[in-house]
Amino acid sequence: MPIQYYIYLCLALFSIGVIGALTRRNVIIVFMCIELMFNAVNLLLVAFSKMHYGIASISDKASTVGTDGQLFVFFIMVVAAAEVSVGLAIIVMLFRNTHSVDINFLNRLKN
Amino acid sequence: MSTTEILFFFLSALALFSASMVLISKNPVHSVLWLVVTFFAISGHYILLNAQFLAIVNIIVYAGAIMVLFLFVIMLMNLNQQNEPQKNLWMKLAGVISGGCFLMVFVSLVRQALEIKTKVAMTTGGDIGLIKNLGRVLFSDYVVPFEITSVLFLSAMVGAIVMGKKD
Repeated sequence: MPIQYYIYLCLALFSIGVIGALTRRNVIIVFMCIELMFNAVNLLLVAFSKMHYGIASISDKASTVGTDGQLFVFFIMVVAAAEVSVGLAIIVMLFRNTHSVDINFLNRLKN
Repeated sequence: MSTTEILFFFLSALALFSASMVLISKNPVHSVLWLVVTFFAISGHYILLNAQFLAIVNIIVYAGAIMVLFLFVIMLMNLNQQNEPQKNLWMKLAGVISGGCFLMVFVSLVRQALEIKTKVAMTTGGDIGLIKNLGRVLFSDYVVPFEITSVLFLSAMVGAIVMGKKD
């Protein structure tokens, strides 16, 4: 597939995530939109890694160009998992204190 | 149209539709389920690009672990009873317009880029995405970041427990 199709798809997914983070007020939905943006970037990284591998494999069949990109996606997933666990703990703690998941109530960190 | 193209367009349409449904649905539980559908579509894209390891990890970690965590938190909060307060219409319109501007700027940028006009992402071939090759590179070149990751996970676990504790 042409790399442009992947770029357009990932841009559309990322924009949906941006729109969701800007328009929704439920803090959990905002958090899920951030996960959506992570995934759009991951997909684009994999597509680019296969693009570079496709160029390199014409001259050298055994080349490992592009492995770094896929490992980077792996590390992004690892960091996202850690981030989600801490973020959801923060959300649960805030909900226990304020009984709300509205980001307009959560915008002041004091009290 | 070849099978690869049909699969690509089907998976893209599925991903975009379910990503839109994440925003549109009122019930947070439905949003989580649509996000799981999105992740499965993205995993299908990974399989199409022959990145099999990442496809499986995406399903296990994202659709399996993270989304179940989201579901647990939503169900613990019992959000279904309270109706979510809506942003007013102008704020929503401003959000959609700014997101659309973002999309427009980048699409026009990609359309003008001459370097990528002829580049093709290799599908259904190439074995760099197999676990054999990725594991070899991960445990030789990237072994230090891999070990640091375990420290990150330990700190995240301790942090989550400390913050989630009733005090």
